Amino acid sequence: MAHSYTPGLTVTERTTVQRRRMLSLPGTVLVATGETVRANQAVARAELPGKVYPLNLANQLGVAPDEIHEYLVKKAGDTVRKDEILAENKPFIKWLKTEVLSPIAGVVESVSAVTGQVLLREPPRVLELLGYVDGRIVEVIPQQGVVVETDCSLVQGIFGIGGETRGEIVVAVTSPAEALSPRHLTTDMKGKVVVGGSFISADALARAKEVGVAGLIVGGIHDKDLRALLGYDLGVAITGTEQVGFTLILTEGFGSIPMADKTFSLLSVHAGQQASISGATQIRAGVIRPEIIIPKGAGATGDLGAAIAPQREGIRVGDLVRIIRDPLFGKIGEVASLPADLQKIPTESDVRVLEVRFADGSMAVMPRTNIELIEGA
Amino acid sequence: MEAPFEDVTRGVLNAIAEIEELSGRKILDGDKIITPCRDAKTGVDIYISTSSAGGGLQMMVTGVVQNMTGESAQRAALGAGAIVIDVLASNDGRLPHEKIERIRAMRPDMILMSGGTDGGAVTHVVEMAEYISAAEPRPRFGATYKLPLVYAGNTAAQPQVKNILGEKTALVLTDNIRPVLERENLAPARDKIHDLFLEHVMQQAPGYKKLIEMAGAPIMPTPAAVGVIMETIAKREHLNLIGVDIGGATTDVFSVFEGLFNRTVSANLGMSYSISNVLAEAGLANIMRWVPFTIDEQTLRNRIKNKMVRPTTIPQTLDELQIEHAIAREALRLALIHHKSLATSLKGIQQERTISDVFEQQQSGKTLIDMLKLDLIVGSGGILSHAPRRVQSMVMMVDAYEPLGVTRLSVDSIFMMPHLGVLSTIDEKAATDVFVRDCMVYLGTCIAPIGQGKDGERCADYVITFSDGRVEKGSLAFGDLRLIPLAADQKASIVIQPAKQVNLGAGAGVAVTREVQGGVVGLLLDGRGRPLQLPTDHNLRVAALMKWHSAVGLYPSE
Repeated sequence: MAHSYTPGLTVTERTTVQRRRMLSLPGTVLVATGETVRANQAVARAELPGKVYPLNLANQLGVAPDEIHEYLVKKAGDTVRKDEILAENKPFIKWLKTEVLSPIAGVVESVSAVTGQVLLREPPRVLELLGYVDGRIVEVIPQQGVVVETDCSLVQGIFGIGGETRGEIVVAVTSPAEALSPRHLTTDMKGKVVVGGSFISADALARAKEVGVAGLIVGGIHDKDLRALLGYDLGVAITGTEQVGFTLILTEGFGSIPMADKTFSLLSVHAGQQASISGATQIRAGVIRPEIIIPKGAGATGDLGAAIAPQREGIRVGDLVRIIRDPLFGKIGEVASLPADLQKIPTESDVRVLEVRFADGSMAVMPRTNIELIEGA
Repeated sequence: MEAPFEDVTRGVLNAIAEIEELSGRKILDGDKIITPCRDAKTGVDIYISTSSAGGGLQMMVTGVVQNMTGESAQRAALGAGAIVIDVLASNDGRLPHEKIERIRAMRPDMILMSGGTDGGAVTHVVEMAEYISAAEPRPRFGATYKLPLVYAGNTAAQPQVKNILGEKTALVLTDNIRPVLERENLAPARDKIHDLFLEHVMQQAPGYKKLIEMAGAPIMPTPAAVGVIMETIAKREHLNLIGVDIGGATTDVFSVFEGLFNRTVSANLGMSYSISNVLAEAGLANIMRWVPFTIDEQTLRNRIKNKMVRPTTIPQTLDELQIEHAIAREALRLALIHHKSLATSLKGIQQERTISDVFEQQQSGKTLIDMLKLDLIVGSGGILSHAPRRVQSMVMMVDAYEPLGVTRLSVDSIFMMPHLGVLSTIDEKAATDVFVRDCMVYLGTCIAPIGQGKDGERCADYVITFSDGRVEKGSLAFGDLRLIPLAADQKASIVIQPAKQVNLGAGAGVAVTREVQGGVVGLLLDGRGRPLQLPTDHNLRVAALMKWHSAVGLYPSE
């Protein structure tokens, strides 16, 4: 190929995103194509089959599995209440009678004459799937879900924990290089999405939990603090289901790294507005990045088709890039040149390189694979 | 697969276009591959492919007794190239409702059920079928298709299993993988897994229908194909071998000992996506013991996490390279421990013993991996295949595996093994010829005496006679690592006389004569002792590492 494509993180004031909202099992879609939806509105609903309780009646009654049908009071498909008799024996002497009671309220799902087992199932649980972003339904996938489209500002992070949430954006620091400390976190930030600068410390994380913020967006965190927050050492970057009290999104990486100016400015401009955020990250096939979506709101949508950014196909001179490997990790600069020939780096590997110019005018040569584009420029 | 190419054939066609450019041969006619070969410049004989898309084939397996049919099922699935995401067994200690919840929470691509010997009791395996049915398992991809399930348990339970799961899953019945306790019969289940992989799982991935049509032989899961070539080579050359493929997310280990093939996959040991998990499993101290400098824990932890979230980056400085090599040693070591635990003789079977066995009782379930009988180690994966210096690959594998006695080492030059695996099913000779000539880069031979002694004490004396008649005599001391050049096409004869308490496979103090093969690195004489023990004192350890690195020219001198 004529160029190498280094996928970067998008930070853009205006784009159109589509989010596929899918039920984890078939259900009912509650909205129609073209309908406007709110982030906290249910767009589809499914019934999650209830928990199953196996009960070995043969053992409890002391009979052979193929005999249990003779002792059943309830048959497959019958509903049962908690503590209702499921099966009983009929001894000659009354006090030898054994009754097997249902441990749950639900239905008798099946009775097996091979294992002597009865499977009871609790009533189904209703699962509601929310819209996640304020937008419009552009596609309905019958029984499965919808596609919501929104005209918005978008910031992709590099890593996050915690699931989808929503709140008003509050910028707690004065510059992207300032670390978020406990004193920045005030009680009026409850339920809000708080933007910090370069770093969040363990005590600030604890304070955030205490305050009850909905989300935290910062440049970096120390791995040891993440480990303390989660209670375990994260082995692979597949997240989104953590329950730590808030959603955390890192825009730069691990360590103390000033948030990119562009990201900080964009978030600052939107202070006071509602944002939908998700910490879900999957750095594997089918990559998922954490994201901050700030919908433009009704009436500001315009021609959505035209707002979709063209697909980037490579790095170009002048592109804004972030260095993503030590020794210059986290620095942001501009591509100055793209030498075609392979170059030997200090490890003795021959690699394709590029030259980056920093704001102070200094230059550095580094492997192309060690930078990422700040997309959406 | 990531946007913008959500059709696998796009990548394939791009790659072929590059081959066209490089070879000057016309292979494509639009979106079609020209086959068979028309003339010296047009077309190819066959197009073959393997697949590891979407993170590979992910399976859940079930058995009745965890370390018997549970392990057999695991071996069958692993041998078929799958990642086993869970092994459920009647005696796995989980309560019935926990098993059902687990089955429901997992979204495998396929399930393999086993359990019971033919004609034995059916209760437990039917019970497991009931749990699976109650959980209503759904496949990872495609909400609307039925989950493929291979039943390879007690044949007497087939009617009941069909009755319970026939409607809910895409059920395939096959021969029992453990027809009797004393014998495993994995091939039929393995074949059915491959069939279902092609018929069901791959059909869900975008572009696969087209890819299957393009391919001239069935598409195999990539690790299964690697296994095929390993097995073919081992049988052809009568070798005991260990192969390893260390990737970004997973590390696969293959072994063939006395003709018995085994594969394991350590799903979360890898050099990029799973790098942080290597740290979690090995522990910081085990990684740091290979690093010849000091770095504070916080910096190292942050660096490792940054590699995890930006998996495509490469080390730019020498110390970063050394840290990655240290992590690789631990990933390789842990993956081999995992492999040893599963590549075992069958567990739970009766053994006939004679009076002579009284003092040498061996447990059933003993690992098949005997490092002393190991002939060849084949390394593969970016960190090994693309190390800036070949000696780095060799030393990483030697440090991680601690081969005993005389062992040859090689690396796969460009990860050609999967394709050769598929090719070997069509033309075994062509595949093995390419394997030996173009795929393997022979690094050389490692000679490692077993035993321990103080640094500087005599470990062994050696006499090497080269093919040109030249003779080199020397003495290897404990704590020494020595590299003797011997080109890849050269052989030499070596006589090693170990010290009194030292063993080279023939017994303590007994001399050994072997013909050894050279390689791009050469002959590595490892006097560091076995088991390999690094000094516990930080300064002494750093000094030892620096001495070894410099003795073999491991890294450029700074």
